Amino acid sequence: MSATLLAVQTLNGLQLGILLFLIAAGLTLVFGVMDCINLAHGVQYMLGAYLAVAAYALTGSFWGALVLALIGALGLGLLLELLVFRHLYDRDHLDQVLATFGVIMFLNEGVKVVWGAAPLSLPMPDLLSGSIVLMDGLLYPVYRIALIGAGLGVALLLYVLVSRTRAGMLVRAGATNPAMVGALGVNIRRLFMLVFGFGTMLAGFAGILAAPILVVEPGMGDNLLILAFVVIVIGGIGSIRGAFLAALIVGLVDTLGRGFATDIAKMVLSPSAANDVGPAIASMLIYVLMAGVLFFRPTGLFPARSG
Amino acid sequence: MKRKMTAALAAVALGVSSLAAEAESLKIGFLATLSGPPAVLGIQMRDGFLLGVKEAGGKLGGLDTEVLVVDDELKPDGALTKVRGLLERDKVDMMAGVVFSNVMMAVYKPIVRSETIFVGANAGPSPIAGKACSPYFFTTSYQNDQNHEAMGKHAEDAGYKRMIVMAPNYQAGKDSIAGFKRHFKGEIVDEIYTKLGQLDFSSELTKIAAAKPDAVFVFMPGGMGVNLVKQYAQAGLAGNVPFLSAFTVDETTLPATKDTAVGLLAGAQWAPDLDNAANKAFVASFEEEYGYAPSLYAAQGYDAARLIDGALKKAGGKEDKAALMAALKEAPFESVRGDFSFNTNHFPIQDVYVVKAVKREDGKFVTQTVEKVFDDKVDAYVGECRMN
Repeated sequence: MSATLLAVQTLNGLQLGILLFLIAAGLTLVFGVMDCINLAHGVQYMLGAYLAVAAYALTGSFWGALVLALIGALGLGLLLELLVFRHLYDRDHLDQVLATFGVIMFLNEGVKVVWGAAPLSLPMPDLLSGSIVLMDGLLYPVYRIALIGAGLGVALLLYVLVSRTRAGMLVRAGATNPAMVGALGVNIRRLFMLVFGFGTMLAGFAGILAAPILVVEPGMGDNLLILAFVVIVIGGIGSIRGAFLAALIVGLVDTLGRGFATDIAKMVLSPSAANDVGPAIASMLIYVLMAGVLFFRPTGLFPARSG
Repeated sequence: MKRKMTAALAAVALGVSSLAAEAESLKIGFLATLSGPPAVLGIQMRDGFLLGVKEAGGKLGGLDTEVLVVDDELKPDGALTKVRGLLERDKVDMMAGVVFSNVMMAVYKPIVRSETIFVGANAGPSPIAGKACSPYFFTTSYQNDQNHEAMGKHAEDAGYKRMIVMAPNYQAGKDSIAGFKRHFKGEIVDEIYTKLGQLDFSSELTKIAAAKPDAVFVFMPGGMGVNLVKQYAQAGLAGNVPFLSAFTVDETTLPATKDTAVGLLAGAQWAPDLDNAANKAFVASFEEEYGYAPSLYAAQGYDAARLIDGALKKAGGKEDKAALMAALKEAPFESVRGDFSFNTNHFPIQDVYVVKAVKREDGKFVTQTVEKVFDDKVDAYVGECRMN
């Protein structure tokens, strides 16, 4: 297990973490600000990817597709808010889970009707299609580096938006005490609608960026949704900073676990037993981590609300 | 008394007439996974089957054919309920289809116990080929291990000494690796088992690059395979480390992987370029009917319909079940694979090939045969089947 290998695996982990952050950011925002469990966040991620594929067919350019799909994702987010989510804010969490689960099924089947069940793809932009040699025999696509850059950019943007602007202040206040903010004359409904639309756009953005390296297929967001929930639970619900750090931790733990768990198990077990135990441990690690965090800090590492 | 007699006679007469009406039609329950991410496999299989029915003028073996297509949603318990409905409520004459082995294991026993003829078109788990084989079950696909075995044999023939094998961490993944090892005698440097549904493979690809094996063998069905193939190419491994696969590179994933998959190898019992008349006609009419390239799943579905058609004609209808089963066993149809016959466990004896992903002149991506690995391959479990 050389130092190079460890370094490359660490980079892989950070990159997965960034991807998870892109998805979790919108989720934690909506959950934290509006206290609304949005299981449909994963399908909004999926819609971003599908819209990008459709827009690419239309424009023939990745950048054109990016812009069009972002606008489309925002529009769809606002539409969903108007049709479904608006009626759920005052309901309890179980109602929200049921309704948004319905949205998942509806949209998963919907994309199948429109685009078919076969997996699709979005080509990388030419500008970012090169790669650099990371170690002997392994290339690292420039696109993945750009992805890390985009993730850091989103983190910075959210940080500035939430902690340095008036809108951010209202969002933070709304997260702490929506009734009081409403009483002070802020249109809380409109604020929620904007936050929800923005959250959907973030999910869509993640879907668009992921499309060139991951498969675009119905249900593509379902697995990621679970990971995103793990991230926001570890990070502290509603906390952007928490989501960012937790995403990096989850990405690192998962990647390093997959990279080394079997090899470590081989030190103490026979190879065939290690092949059974290693992957099992690797796939459990992030959930063990989550359980540990919940046990010692039930509100997550960086809770957004106090009290 | 007399009234009773009349009533009884009327009942008999009615019974006879309804029997006559039934005799002219055929009801087939077709079970396939048509929702969720792997739906594309079930859709291909169904489209192939329905094309076979359509080409017979909607009359398999001359009987008006009604196909009840049912989505199993990849849920074994739900599939069981739906199959019971088909058997008891709809009283289907035959069952066909089934994509996934876990669904197959759930519905297989109830179907064959009800003595309903069952023509499988994909899943071929080892128990059904071996100890649990049944005279009522026939399959136009393969025993699950076969395409993995072909890749193992190919790796051995190619002289690879050090290999890395990779599969999802579940039963079919373990079976796949076991099948691969059956004919590969070189060293397995590393066995990588990934989470089912894994999206990002950079950790695994880094391992492969570090170990520098002669080649890799992977089994990554569906979306996982698309992700892996794209990332394999993006990591620069595609040109350097030969990529052997099973159920990973085929016409269901190629529309998404496109150029990144070109040149990658797979084991398969069928490819669109197999040189026989039945296959040429099938590929042409399939693409005309549905507008996309058929995969092996479609070919198996098509063969299932053709097998039923041929057997019904040979047996002279569906009434004499014993004669129909005997006819099915003789496989009286032109398979799109060319060479095809049933073994004693009703699994195919067939040739298995190495196929390669290529870009066709019209821009579509398809598989193409490279070489024949096995001639008249017999599955590994037939000895355990105590039928006949």
